[in-house]
Amino acid sequence: MTQMEACTASLDPWLAHTVRIVDITDEIADVATYHLEFVESVIGKSFTFRPGQFNMLYLPGVGEAAISISSDPAQRGTLDHTVRVAGNVTGELARAGDGATFGLRGPFGSAWPIEEALDGDVVIVTGGIGLAPLRPAIYELLNRKNEFRQLTLLYGARNPFGMLYTDEYDGWRNRGLDVNTTVDRASPGWDGNVGVVPQLLDRMPLSDPANTTVMCCGPEVMMWYTARSALGRGIPPERIWISLERNMNCAIGLCGHCQFGPTFVCKDGPVLRYDRVASLLRVEGF
Amino acid sequence: MNPETTETESAFLPKSELQSLITLLADDGYQVVGPTIDQEAIVYDEITSVDQLPRGWTDRQEAAKYRLERRDDDALFGFVVGPHSWKKYLFPPLTTVASAQKTESGWQMQTPEPDTTKYAFLGVRACELAAIAIQDRVFTGGPYVDPVYNARRTNAFIIAVNCAQAASTCFCTSMNTGPKCSSGFDLALTELDDGFEVESGSDAGTAILDRLTTQLLTAEHTKRAAAARQRAVDQQTKQLNTDGIRDLLLGNLDHSRWKDVGDICLGCTNCTMVCPTCFCSSVEEVSDLANENVERQRHWDSCFNLSFSSMSHGTTRNTIASRYRQWLTHKLGSWEDQFGTSGCVGCGRCITWCPVGIDLTEEVAAIRGDTAAATSGGAA
Repeated sequence: MTQMEACTASLDPWLAHTVRIVDITDEIADVATYHLEFVESVIGKSFTFRPGQFNMLYLPGVGEAAISISSDPAQRGTLDHTVRVAGNVTGELARAGDGATFGLRGPFGSAWPIEEALDGDVVIVTGGIGLAPLRPAIYELLNRKNEFRQLTLLYGARNPFGMLYTDEYDGWRNRGLDVNTTVDRASPGWDGNVGVVPQLLDRMPLSDPANTTVMCCGPEVMMWYTARSALGRGIPPERIWISLERNMNCAIGLCGHCQFGPTFVCKDGPVLRYDRVASLLRVEGF
Repeated sequence: MNPETTETESAFLPKSELQSLITLLADDGYQVVGPTIDQEAIVYDEITSVDQLPRGWTDRQEAAKYRLERRDDDALFGFVVGPHSWKKYLFPPLTTVASAQKTESGWQMQTPEPDTTKYAFLGVRACELAAIAIQDRVFTGGPYVDPVYNARRTNAFIIAVNCAQAASTCFCTSMNTGPKCSSGFDLALTELDDGFEVESGSDAGTAILDRLTTQLLTAEHTKRAAAARQRAVDQQTKQLNTDGIRDLLLGNLDHSRWKDVGDICLGCTNCTMVCPTCFCSSVEEVSDLANENVERQRHWDSCFNLSFSSMSHGTTRNTIASRYRQWLTHKLGSWEDQFGTSGCVGCGRCITWCPVGIDLTEEVAAIRGDTAAATSGGAA
């Protein structure tokens, strides 16, 4: 299984490596991007990841949180994680400043289907902070633009202030990504789309649905509607990919927390083919 | 263990020689663990003498009931299985997986040195050999290997004991895991009045056996041992129909029975604690007051705990019914997808130790019965 080949964790999967905060970028309310470097430069040099994979960020005495990597896989030196304050670990991280050290284990999990999408169209559908785990995929797709055809981003947020990485959109457009945004609620000055993001997929022109790959990350109900829309537009079920979120404690398939039926979301996912999990997605409390 | 190079032996081991076996293993650096009585139950603990074994005791088990009773003989292994399983040693209930120290240059993380404890397990039943084989797949089958389990498992010496009786809660014959021990041991014993039929299952087992004073196994010994083992088959009354059980359970996620069992289940986690294959755990931070020295301690956890599926924006399995469904569909269903085997070995512990007497075989039968009725009803 090609998704599993991405596992490149250290020999002892419990060993975290020390990272240092090099810089912090405030993104939107309660969300910041932490630019990290490994204290041992030899680890930093050998650390590679694939778009969609995550790390366990470890704040000693507080705990670990599974956070997707949000930087360019081709970038060397620093590793970016865009984090929303949501619990103890992310709250403690928000109190840390430049130069602070903590632990990192990873990378873990499966990757977005970049190779599977070769020579076809790609539609990235995401909302809110869901853009963070897809940004490495955007970078890689743009770095290899001539290996794909039409690249489209459909991005939704509750309001215009909930959008990540807005200062990068023009650059992405210039390099060949068709960036489309929508908000649930407009605010003064917004003259763009209003409505939920699957509606953008309903409306967008698709020149070759059979060779279109959908990469989707957001709340489960949003991913379900996105998949339904994609299927309705003639995109094959095996070309629709989603990223699931579950409680992750060990990240290595040993603790049992993240199970979703047969799937260990930490090692079989988080990126999963929609048709392999579709039947369980709508089961209440599963 | 390579079967092609292993010379297996069978012999008769007089009862008086069992102490020699324990002493020999201790001399070889093994910590011998075996059954012993504590708080009116037969549990597994470190032993040095045959006098610590539950000589002359048996256990009577049924749903939500476990009682020790006197036997009318001096059998050392004349019982079935108690609340403990060998996972207590291979997958310790509490262990440190990593640590962190605050230094002048920032946090430094370590993992512990490999565990060098050598355990010799005395009295491992066939269902428990199957459970160990299942946990081998869970913890060492990859892509990640648990270093704690792997070290202890690699060092372990296993002395199996064939059951000569069954409890009303036993159903290993349904799960094809017993009662006869067929592989996965270094030595296997069948207890007779005056000694044991002993069989080696590995080179290490043969080497130990060669150092004991054994006698030639007679046809009479063999006949009595086979009869004892057959008794454990004949006494089994409980059954679990495993035909298509994965699809049966995963195809009935909306069955009303989940709510029914959720209404009586206390969510106490007993079934998962006593289960010899349940492997769920959580890691917690244990730090000194200054938060400068931190241990990452892993403890057994359970899918019956509400917090087990909690995330920052909510909990996936909010009801006891949804948690029981998770446990049973995993144990008997999706375990097959994950590890190529059922997660149940038919030991019956979860039935005995459930305080309200929930019996998983009855839960499956109820769902199967309704499904069969619906199918035949549809065909009529």
